[in-house]
Amino acid sequence: MSLTVEEVKARNQDLIKEVLEVYPDKTAKRRAKHLGTYEEGKPDCGVKSNVKSIPGVMTIRGCAYAGSKGVVWGPIKDMIHISHGPVGCGQYSWAARRNYYIGTTGVDTFVTMQFTSDFQEKDIVFGGDKKLEKIMDEIQDLFPLNKGITVQSECPIGLIGDDIEAVSKKKSKEYDGKTIVPVRCEGFRGVSQSLGHHIANDTIRDWVFDKMDGKPAAFEATPYDVAIIGDYNIGGDAWASRILLEEMGLRVIAQWSGDGSIAELENTPKAKLNVLHCYRSMNYISRHMEEKYGIPWVEYNFFGPSKIAASLREIASHFDDRIKEGAERVIAKYQPMMQAVIDKYKPRLEGKTVMLFVGGLRPRHVIGAYEDLGMEIVGTGYEFGHNDDYQRTTHYVKDGTLIYDDVTGYEFEKFVEKIQPDLVGSGIKEKYVFQKMGVPFRQMHSWDYSGPYHGYDGFAIFARDMDMAINNPVWGLTKAPWK
Amino acid sequence: MTQNVESVVDHFNLFRGPEYIEMFENKRKNFENPYPDDKIEEVREWTKSWEYREKNFAREALTVNPAKACQPLGAVFAAVGFEGTMPFVHGSQGCVAYYRSHFSRHFKEPSSCVSSSMTEDAAVFGGLNNMIDGLANTYNMYKPKMIAVSTTCMAEVIGDDLNGFIQNARAKGSVPEDFDVPYAHTPAFVGSHITGYDNALKGIVSHFWEGKERTPNGKINFIGGFDGYTVGNLREIKRLFDLMGVEHTILADNSEVWDTPADGEFRMYDGGTTLDDAKAAINAKATISMQEYCTEKTLAYIKEKGQEVAAFNHPVGVAATDAFLMEVARITGKAIPAELTKERGRLVDAIADSSAHIHGKKFAIYGDPDLCYGLASFLMELGAEPVHVLSTNGGKEWEIKMQALFDSSPFGKGCKAYPGKDLWHMRSLLNTEPVDFLIGNTYGKYLERDTGTPLIRIGFPVFDRHHHHRYPVWGYQGAMNVLVWVLDKIFDEMDKNTIIPAKTDYSYDIIR
Repeated sequence: MSLTVEEVKARNQDLIKEVLEVYPDKTAKRRAKHLGTYEEGKPDCGVKSNVKSIPGVMTIRGCAYAGSKGVVWGPIKDMIHISHGPVGCGQYSWAARRNYYIGTTGVDTFVTMQFTSDFQEKDIVFGGDKKLEKIMDEIQDLFPLNKGITVQSECPIGLIGDDIEAVSKKKSKEYDGKTIVPVRCEGFRGVSQSLGHHIANDTIRDWVFDKMDGKPAAFEATPYDVAIIGDYNIGGDAWASRILLEEMGLRVIAQWSGDGSIAELENTPKAKLNVLHCYRSMNYISRHMEEKYGIPWVEYNFFGPSKIAASLREIASHFDDRIKEGAERVIAKYQPMMQAVIDKYKPRLEGKTVMLFVGGLRPRHVIGAYEDLGMEIVGTGYEFGHNDDYQRTTHYVKDGTLIYDDVTGYEFEKFVEKIQPDLVGSGIKEKYVFQKMGVPFRQMHSWDYSGPYHGYDGFAIFARDMDMAINNPVWGLTKAPWK
Repeated sequence: MTQNVESVVDHFNLFRGPEYIEMFENKRKNFENPYPDDKIEEVREWTKSWEYREKNFAREALTVNPAKACQPLGAVFAAVGFEGTMPFVHGSQGCVAYYRSHFSRHFKEPSSCVSSSMTEDAAVFGGLNNMIDGLANTYNMYKPKMIAVSTTCMAEVIGDDLNGFIQNARAKGSVPEDFDVPYAHTPAFVGSHITGYDNALKGIVSHFWEGKERTPNGKINFIGGFDGYTVGNLREIKRLFDLMGVEHTILADNSEVWDTPADGEFRMYDGGTTLDDAKAAINAKATISMQEYCTEKTLAYIKEKGQEVAAFNHPVGVAATDAFLMEVARITGKAIPAELTKERGRLVDAIADSSAHIHGKKFAIYGDPDLCYGLASFLMELGAEPVHVLSTNGGKEWEIKMQALFDSSPFGKGCKAYPGKDLWHMRSLLNTEPVDFLIGNTYGKYLERDTGTPLIRIGFPVFDRHHHHRYPVWGYQGAMNVLVWVLDKIFDEMDKNTIIPAKTDYSYDIIR
């Protein structure tokens, strides 16, 4: 694109004005606060965030249950997570997020199963506590190797006055102090997935950490123990990250929560450093561990070689020379492979423009990986970001980048139509809209069933996938030759 | 091993490298506090036993891996089958994100739907303002011709009154006075997605018909029901009707909106039953539903309006298609044309060519009650035995009907229907009373893994195979598709079981 930054800003302003015209006045005023252009030097992106979505506009957001069951708790593999309420929530989120794990499903691990209390009318009318008790008994009976239970509340639970805390306490006592965690993540709480993350973090604090005080650690601590926080191991992301931390000489004592186990959650207060990938979904528990156990935490970014190298050095800076040297050794080891990937793919992707709309950390974290391939981010936005996300985003985006918070289906479609990026990175609900429009697309929640994208191994896959999306011959076929 | 840029490996092979394998072992041993391998093996074996099956079937409260979804999903399915219609789900917004994802993963298509985004304040004060603002926004932004409202369980628990709310919103100018906003209460804690389809369709039909006089004509209405093959099936049904010269209205025709071209334009709406046709459908002579359990209330309403109604159970196969076509012929007085008789003959020919490979094979089937019935009856026609037929959202009546089907043929001997059971029950059935093949949706792959029963994917949702929804399973040609899918799996299994050189490959035949 040959527009100057000033021209881009003017275009963005016109575009925003244009999309707002479709709304009734009240809605236009509210949405105007969420759309903007990043101005260099500003402390944030100039948009409002983390407020209620507007009814009827087709928000892309989900709910607190999705944030707790779908994101934070669901991947803990040796516990059974009950979707407590009607059947749907658990059904639609069943195995949909590809949180990879190793274990014998249905025997000692349960991630890709759908446990539900399948509420019926009588449960709404008379309450579901008795049923929940019975469910826990049946779980004990049929899945004896489970290491704990969580109760993931769906909307009705908080509305009908059920006391899932009392049930959990009672059953925990009955089963010799078994970890049973009631989670108040009803879908109507908060404005998005985000509150669900927070609530889930708090339940780990209250129902895991606080219950294990005095329990001896299951392993010998070393000075190099770290925990990976906020990596859900989608397509194996956490594995491709862990291997680098271990190669540099650190010992990963826990994964939160992709391929994680209850033992690992309990290990974590013994860590020397928590390394935090998805800030949005797990900053809460990291801050808590800092306060209560004095464990420092550091954010890192394992997308693309530039950010990986910077992150490895940053993590190493918390340790002695042995680890610092380890970081350099790892960077050097993978450098030739990274160079080969860039040499192959950069000529095919250089100058291509990208628009993103994702959740968690990705609207900023993946930017470096695209830039390593010579690509440019022209627009980005968060599904459920807060202002601290938009502050952090300023370190990644260029002057003039279009910013859209909690974008609506209509806005996103119009923005893409006008800006005509070479690639859109967003979710399953958006994928087919843009492909129909002839715009190459990659799902940046699920990696379009590919991955991992984290780490050095992941970057090679990322580069391959972006190339196959953009340089797919199908995009030359969308117009019939006689038209 | 690190990546080789000439042959980048992803999750399928990357983690099989020795450095990752070692990492997994160390993680497990040092930090996961695992059970010993022999303990896991012991429990795994125990879950396959009759003793476990009995415990499993004694479950009263817990549901594990159900084969059903909730009402509003079905409501959205029905709503998008009308011209220019935006489904509007009143309640929490996360539900809508789930429905849209679910449909997009099955159809590989966009799926538009809005929510009234109710949050805690709405839980306390009710969602009236969400309805007022929501309808106004949807109307202005997405320019629908109709907005079809349904509810999530949140709105149902707090008791929001859709009729009153919509009237209120109209009065406030959210939508014009004469704009169509049909509605249906679709509580997730009653029934399943098929109930929601029924409620939503009844809501739409009654919205157009209530208080209207019927002037009977010779047309017929057709309802497909909640059907993963809706794209292929509805197109096939139209072809059959056109061949017969039957004037018809497909109610809830979502075959276009879930199969739009990639030609540079995104069509939020495409095809669908026109609103004029939906109105005029009151005058039809009769209404035919392909799925009885999906349309109970809708058909009762239509019957009340004076039409003849006929319901089938997802008819698949020769006799089932015969019965369907003969019913259409009887109602309309149109003859079944020679071309269809020829198609029928081709299907019979194909069955005769191949049935030796299917005859006597044992099958397990699960899915929606009508689909189960249709598939079981076709299998029996092929000489196969539908030994376990399980429907999480099937009830007592369905069980009786299935038993009558089993009793009607020697191939139904020893077969049993399981209403209200889930796929964890099915796991026990397959482990204790094994069958040759399993028919079900994508989730059946976990049963294939755990029990070794090869899965033939027929049902909804199918996420991990592409484009099958474009093929019909109704009509003689649809049955031909089902026959081919079943045969392909049977032949694939034969090849898999005979592929070892110098051991089993004498049977690795090139002619079968």
